[in-house]
Amino acid sequence: MTALAGFQRDFLRNLYDADGGRAGVRVYRNTLLKACVDALQANFPTVARLVGEPWFRAAALVYARTSPPNDPRLYLYGDGFADFLAGFEPAAGLPYLAGVARLDRGWSEAHVAADRSCLAAALVAEQTPDALAARVLSPHPAARWHWFDDQPVFTLWSANREQRAVPEPLHWRGEGALLTRPGAEVRWQALGVAGVFFLNACAEGLPLAAAAERALKHKPGTDLATLLATLLKAGAFAAEPLPHCH
Amino acid sequence: MNAPIRPGAGLSLKPDYFQAARDCRAGGLWFEVHPENYMVDGGPRLAWLDAIAERHPLSLHGVAMSLAAPAPPDARHLRRFRKLVERVDPMLVSEHLAWSATGGHYYPDLLPFPRSDEALAVIADNIARVQDSLGRRIAIENPTHYLPVPGHRYTEQAFLAELCERSGCGLLLDINNVFISAHNLCFDAQRYLLDFPLSAVMEIHLAGHSVDAPDQAEDTGETLLIDSHDQPVADPVWELYRAVIERAGPVPTLIERDGNIPSFDVLLAERARAQALLERLESMP
Repeated sequence: MTALAGFQRDFLRNLYDADGGRAGVRVYRNTLLKACVDALQANFPTVARLVGEPWFRAAALVYARTSPPNDPRLYLYGDGFADFLAGFEPAAGLPYLAGVARLDRGWSEAHVAADRSCLAAALVAEQTPDALAARVLSPHPAARWHWFDDQPVFTLWSANREQRAVPEPLHWRGEGALLTRPGAEVRWQALGVAGVFFLNACAEGLPLAAAAERALKHKPGTDLATLLATLLKAGAFAAEPLPHCH
Repeated sequence: MNAPIRPGAGLSLKPDYFQAARDCRAGGLWFEVHPENYMVDGGPRLAWLDAIAERHPLSLHGVAMSLAAPAPPDARHLRRFRKLVERVDPMLVSEHLAWSATGGHYYPDLLPFPRSDEALAVIADNIARVQDSLGRRIAIENPTHYLPVPGHRYTEQAFLAELCERSGCGLLLDINNVFISAHNLCFDAQRYLLDFPLSAVMEIHLAGHSVDAPDQAEDTGETLLIDSHDQPVADPVWELYRAVIERAGPVPTLIERDGNIPSFDVLLAERARAQALLERLESMP
C-alpha cells in the first residue's frame, strides 16, 4: 500500500470507527455525515414528514454511518433505506414506513428518468383487436408502480406528499401506486392489483394478451379496457412507432 | 446590447430561484452548478439547466472527482461529466484539491492529504486524465483546512503551482477557504495570498463561513471556522478579495451560497458588490 493510500485508510477509520478526536476531525466527520443525512432527507421527504425531522435525522444518521454512498449522484443515495427502515427496531410500530420510503424512492427515480414521449391513447385505439393483443407495450422510463399487501401505503404517502391530513378512517387493506411523468412533473395515482400485475407483465416484455391474462388471474373480472385507458392516460407507456406506421 | 460580454460576478444556481435566475439581465452575471446534481438521464432538472445555459454563461464546479485519491478518476463519473460539458458548453470547469472516493464508496466531503511527491505525481496525472477526457483546461480549487496534516513536503501554493506546471491546469482561488484555513491552522492569510500563483487563477470564490459550536465534552480549546456557505461573505474576506483582484485583475468571481438561502434579490445585491469591484478595475487604464 502506498503512503497516500495508507493515509486515506487511516483517515476514514478515524471518521467512521471512532468518536471524538480533535475538533478538526469532528468537523470532517460532521460535515460528511451531515451531507449524507441531508441527502436522505431530500430524497425521502414523505418519510421525514411522517416521523418528524428529529426522528428522521437520527434514523438517517444510523443508516449513513453504516452505508456510505456509493455514487457521487447523491439524489440516488438511499437505495437500501427502505429495507433498512423495514428492519429498524425503533420503526417497528410503523410497519408502513418502508413502503412510504419505496414510493419516495420511486418519485426520485421518476423525476430523473430519461425523457420520452408517452404512448397516445388514440394510437392504441386505432389498432385492430388482434394486432393489439399481440402488441408489447413498454413502460415509460419514468413509470414506477408498487403493490403493498395489507397496508394503505399509497393513502399515507400521497396525503403526506401533498401535505394533506390523512383521511379518516384509514382502511387497513392492500394498496397499489402508479407514478408517472407525462409532462415536466411527476404525478401519482392509486393503482389496483390488476394494474400492478399488468405493468409487471409489460415490463417483462409480454404481449398485451398475456399481460391481460396475468391481470385477470390476480383480479378476476377486471375491466381491461378501462384499466388500459387509465394507464395510457397516466402516461405509463413509452411511445414507439406502431407496426402500421413503418 | 448594453450588458458587458465578459463574465463578471456569478452566483450559485439553486432550484429555489431557477426562474428569477433565468430571467435576470444583470450585466456580467453567470451561474455555477455542481455537475453531479445534473448527471441525470432526463426530466425537469436538466430542462432547467438547459434553459439557464441558453441565457447565461455557466460554470461546472465538480465536487466528486476525488483527484487526490491514489487511483484514476472513476471512468463512469468522468463519462457523465463529459456528457454534461458537451451539453451545456460551460465557460469554466473546476474541481477540488481533495479526495472523496475510495473502495467503491463516495464520501461527500473534501478530505485532506499530505502534499508529498507521491500526491503531486498522482494528482497531476489525475488532472491530466480529466482534461484529456473533457478536452479542456480545468481549474483546481484550494481546499479548506481543519487540522494539521503530517507529511507535507510542499506549501500549498508551491504544490498548486507545480500542478499547473505539470498538467497545464488553472486554479480556482477560494478566498474564504484561505481565510478559514488561516484561522484554523494559525497562518497569515495575506501572506499566503502573496505567494499564491495568481497568473494561473481562472476563477475566484467568495463565500460565508460559520463558527464551529464546540462540543463541551470534547472541547480541546480549539474554536474552528467552518466553510458552511450559509452566510453572507464576511468583511475580512471582502478585504482580501479587493487586494487580490488589484494584483490579479478582473477574474470571474462567484458568490457561493449553499445553505440558509435568502431570496434571489438579496444574493443579487451581494453579487453586485463583487461586480462593482470588478468593473472598477476594468475602467482603470
